[in-house]
Amino acid sequence: MAGMRTIEELLAAAPQAYRITVFGAEPHGNYNRIMLSSLLSGEKAMTEIVINDRQWYSDNHITLHVGANKTIVQIDRRNKKVMAQDGTVADYDRLLIATGSNAVMPELEGINLDGVLRFRAVIDVDTMLSYSRSHRKAVVLGGGLLGLEAANGLLSQGMEVTVLHNHEALLNRQLDKPASQLLQAELERRGMRFNMASQLKALVGDAKGHIRALTLEDNSELACDVLIVAIGVRPNMALAQAAGLYCERGIVVNDTLQTYDPSIYAVGECIQHRGETFGLVAPLFEQAKVCANHLSAHGVANYLTQPTATKLKVTGIHVFSVGDFQGDANSESIYLSDPNASIYKKLVIKANKLIGAVLYGDTGDGAWYQELLEQGQDIAPMREALIFGRAYV
Amino acid sequence: MSDTIQTTCPYCGVGCGISATVDKTHSHVTIAGDKNHPANFGRLCSKGFALAETLEVNGRLLQPQLFGQTSTWSNALDWVAQAFLKVIEQHGPEAVALYGSGQLLTEDYYVANKLMKGFIGSGNMDTNSRLCMSSSVAGHKRAFGADTVPGCYADVELADMIVFIGSNAAWCHPVIFQRIRAAKEARPALKIVVIDPRKTASCAIADLHLPLAAGSDTLLFNGLLAYLADHDAVDSAYIDQQTEGFSAALNSALATTQSTEHVAAQCQINSEDLQQFYQWFAQTNKTMSLYSQGVNQSTSGTDKVNAIINCHLATGRIGQPGMGPFSLTGQPNAMGGREVGGLSHQLAAHMDFSKPDDIQRVAQFWSSDRIAQQPGLPAVELFDAIYDGRIKAVWIMGTNPVVSLPNADKVKQALQRCELVIVSDCIAHTDTTALAHVLLPAQAWSEKTGTVTNSERRISRQRRLLTPAGEAMPDWWIISQVAQRMGFEQAFAYQTAADIFREHAALSGYENNGTRDFDISAFADMSDTDYEQLVPIQWPVNASHPHGKARFFADGKFYTPSGKAHFIAITPKPPQHLPDAQYPLILNTGRLRDQWHTMTRTAIAAKLNQHKPEPFVEIHPQDAKQYHLTHNGLAHINSRWGAMLARVQITDTQKRGNLFVPMHWTAQYASHGRMGSLVNPAVDALSKQPESKYTPVHISPYQPQWVGFILSRKALSLNHKDYWVKIKGEQFYRYELAGHDLPEHWPSWAQQQLGRLSSTPCLEYQDYHLGNYRTAQVIKQRLESVLFISRQKDLPERTWLSGLFSKPQLDDDEHRALLTGCPPLGKVDVGTMVCACFRVGEKTLVNAIKEQGLTTAAAVGQCLKAGTNCGSCVPEINVLLKRTLSVKTLP
Repeated sequence: MAGMRTIEELLAAAPQAYRITVFGAEPHGNYNRIMLSSLLSGEKAMTEIVINDRQWYSDNHITLHVGANKTIVQIDRRNKKVMAQDGTVADYDRLLIATGSNAVMPELEGINLDGVLRFRAVIDVDTMLSYSRSHRKAVVLGGGLLGLEAANGLLSQGMEVTVLHNHEALLNRQLDKPASQLLQAELERRGMRFNMASQLKALVGDAKGHIRALTLEDNSELACDVLIVAIGVRPNMALAQAAGLYCERGIVVNDTLQTYDPSIYAVGECIQHRGETFGLVAPLFEQAKVCANHLSAHGVANYLTQPTATKLKVTGIHVFSVGDFQGDANSESIYLSDPNASIYKKLVIKANKLIGAVLYGDTGDGAWYQELLEQGQDIAPMREALIFGRAYV
Repeated sequence: MSDTIQTTCPYCGVGCGISATVDKTHSHVTIAGDKNHPANFGRLCSKGFALAETLEVNGRLLQPQLFGQTSTWSNALDWVAQAFLKVIEQHGPEAVALYGSGQLLTEDYYVANKLMKGFIGSGNMDTNSRLCMSSSVAGHKRAFGADTVPGCYADVELADMIVFIGSNAAWCHPVIFQRIRAAKEARPALKIVVIDPRKTASCAIADLHLPLAAGSDTLLFNGLLAYLADHDAVDSAYIDQQTEGFSAALNSALATTQSTEHVAAQCQINSEDLQQFYQWFAQTNKTMSLYSQGVNQSTSGTDKVNAIINCHLATGRIGQPGMGPFSLTGQPNAMGGREVGGLSHQLAAHMDFSKPDDIQRVAQFWSSDRIAQQPGLPAVELFDAIYDGRIKAVWIMGTNPVVSLPNADKVKQALQRCELVIVSDCIAHTDTTALAHVLLPAQAWSEKTGTVTNSERRISRQRRLLTPAGEAMPDWWIISQVAQRMGFEQAFAYQTAADIFREHAALSGYENNGTRDFDISAFADMSDTDYEQLVPIQWPVNASHPHGKARFFADGKFYTPSGKAHFIAITPKPPQHLPDAQYPLILNTGRLRDQWHTMTRTAIAAKLNQHKPEPFVEIHPQDAKQYHLTHNGLAHINSRWGAMLARVQITDTQKRGNLFVPMHWTAQYASHGRMGSLVNPAVDALSKQPESKYTPVHISPYQPQWVGFILSRKALSLNHKDYWVKIKGEQFYRYELAGHDLPEHWPSWAQQQLGRLSSTPCLEYQDYHLGNYRTAQVIKQRLESVLFISRQKDLPERTWLSGLFSKPQLDDDEHRALLTGCPPLGKVDVGTMVCACFRVGEKTLVNAIKEQGLTTAAAVGQCLKAGTNCGSCVPEINVLLKRTLSVKTLP
């Protein structure tokens, strides 16, 4: 997504500047990966989540190479060429790497059993959907955003879903405890089950090599027909590394999204910028804008990571968090809760500035809080009304 | 199935007639003014208008109680009779006392007085009228030889000048004020003068306001007498023929008032204004002087009354239409109490202990050989005697002395020390019932039957509207039953109120022959039916005046031994306790528009609590600055006698150096709102009336750590020792709070105060850095309670939140806005309640004035109905008009 957004930005900024060739390992044009959850839950169809179909590529005179055999296997930096698995070669003046991320997989016995899936691409969704028709018990490993979206999707497909999470609170990196509890209560109300603060020890297969059960740290066993692993992602930098580009946890880029090779740029989940890696969509779009600005030789934009707001894409559940919502000894917290309406809000203030927010149930003012936070506005004059929302200020 | 019953209002001394429609099937009462009653001709004030809302059984005393245990009447009465007899046997009759009230009906009063003075044989029967009327009684006696109110209400429409002295009639006697206002509107030439240290609501219709220094009235009227003499404005013929003592009085006046300028300087008023008043008084034959507690409640109370009467005698302006001194009595039956002899120095039927013949006559009439021979103790001394242990047993009827007497903390201690405290009341929980050993349930206003006399000597019936609640009985029955059980069966064998009234009437005519003003002997033989149908009538009612009499003294005949009126030489003297370095300010006390006395009844009517919801203190802006007080902040006021907390109201209607606090709040409704504990116990040497309007005090800001409020559908038992005030609203109770200490954990503190379980889901808002904590409970979309706490002292207005308790369900917007305390966008906050009758708030009024371009109170009335019922908010509407219009015309 980051890659194609960069192309769109570039086309808008300098339509004639480049002859563009795009390689993709998935057999589609580009689609909205964020909507995979909706695809899984059946709320959206594939056609609805495609961003650019093949026609768009040809309309924009872009050469498109897609499919597994079009996966780039080598970058020849000296000759400025890339080569795909099937031997297709393309030379470049500028190369944009947007290889995204890979799911982190636990190194456990049985991790390669059939029925163990990740949740990264359309194919994963297709597989899950097909399992949902033939199997009953799904376990999702990981109570983060992706895991919960996967769990919700499978629940909508009629499976029995248990979420296995290694922390006592769901979305523990996005929510504080009261918000987590409300979220868990709501998901439980919808039929989701939880195994909290528990560690997976091993995966048990049946005779056919399909997953059958999970063994947990306390040696209890959990029946499991399908396991979705959603415990995090890692930048996909193998290709770049092989090409000798400087990488740490991701492909290291500067504020213009340029790698250590001046002809090569990188955006999205594969990069590392000022020590940070990325997993949410908002900064990716900003990277695309900045990167296109430099590719089109305007050369004035700098990329700076802003605090990113969390949103959970589960229909009917509204969750929002941004910034430092835990606070510290020098911060002050404001709370508002309405358990009957399942509303909880927390704002964290430091030196009269909003530095973090968690909203559950009523997230209508999330964007406004984010704005206040990004602008570093002095909130002292409106502090009393702040948590009730923009309408009351 | 409904009946319309003519009765009278139980509040102030105006004594308005009420037409009550009683729905027999639902016991529902609808109140309207009685169009035929000569006191009000259909008008009612906000308090009278709200009477139907005070009739709830909830909170009533329903059964006799002995030491906290419910008892039968028979047991309780036996016990009281035996206990009284025992005390009398051991310590003599002077060891017992009765303390009555201007709320008692004449028949109740008569029986109580007869029991104590006629049969127990002690003078120790006094009443709360001592706090209210006794200076007028003493003044009348000195000048006229009898406690006679010379004129009548109709005079206010005939007068060319009306002078209010120490009277905020706009709030305290609203209906007579409305009559005067109407007269002024119809005849703008009618001059109105207000003499009062405060610029009260009554000043709204005044041509002249003389904000005299508190307590300087005698000087002002001595000055007037001197001025009249100096300007040949006296009626020499009248003085010569009908009066005595003029030259002594004039000499005193001249000796103490060198010039009008000198008087003005002493009274701290503008000399031209004083000159103007004197000139108007000299020129205006039809002048009425209406006076009330500002005159009476003083160590110079009697002198003030006589200083006023002197000026009327000097000009011969008495007993004729449209003129005369006129005392506005405080209570509905203060006059009836005086007629039966309810004050401790009185005997009965305007006869006194001072005349041995009177004692003999009454003894004979009552067939008693035990009659008291000398006056008993007046209120303040009576409670001192209880404190000292000289009085061992006291029976308090229908009044709340722990609140209303001066030095009220001592009164409280006195009752705590007293061996036997009996209280008969209609309300279960008052500051006084809390200290009683025996509680006797009396019938309430809507249940009683009898007569009352208003300020113009008019006797009217109070009639039963509803079946008595619980086992409540008439006061006369309770007293008679005890009397019978004490061995006085024959003298107290009354079967009905009419029996008592006939006896009272007979006594008034007994060996009277025109020697006593009070004579209603025409009623001595009236039938029960005639009593039932009695129409309002002004005494005397006798053979000479079978249809009553509007005015006394037109013939120039008085009740003194010589038959001439007495001038009294007045030497002005300052109040007894003067301000000093430690207590530099003067505390004045008084009534509010929408409350009555100690709020036991008016505080039940939600709409009467909106006008002034909290105990407050009014202070001049410069004094506020000097004492570091902020508007709407809290202040700690203390005197040598006690202390209170009150909400600060900064206003230039208050004179510098003077504070004003309302008299109404009790421990039932406020933690620290009993002004009585501050008030000094000095009394007038003659009338024994306390100086409740002049106590030196000190004021300082009360700075709590936090402030807050609770609105709750249910009444709460707060566990909070610091500042609180309880205010009943429409389907909710409001508690204003402030505190010294921050609770460790607001949510658990809130649960405790609200009586909530910790598991109850509730809305919560916390910002501990600001010191804000708010919570609300909503059950099935209906608001149950809200609590707001702040360390910043800025809380939202309560109006919008309060209104939500009347809604069966909150809508989503309202629910979401709850803890902001402010209406969701598009909803209107009506502001502080101004018109209690039609529930019109200040913001509504201001908006209408602005938007509709209203310029007069009448136009406001047409537009919003505000001020068109009782009219008592019209002065406030005028203030709003003035303020709003003046803002509008600024460039």
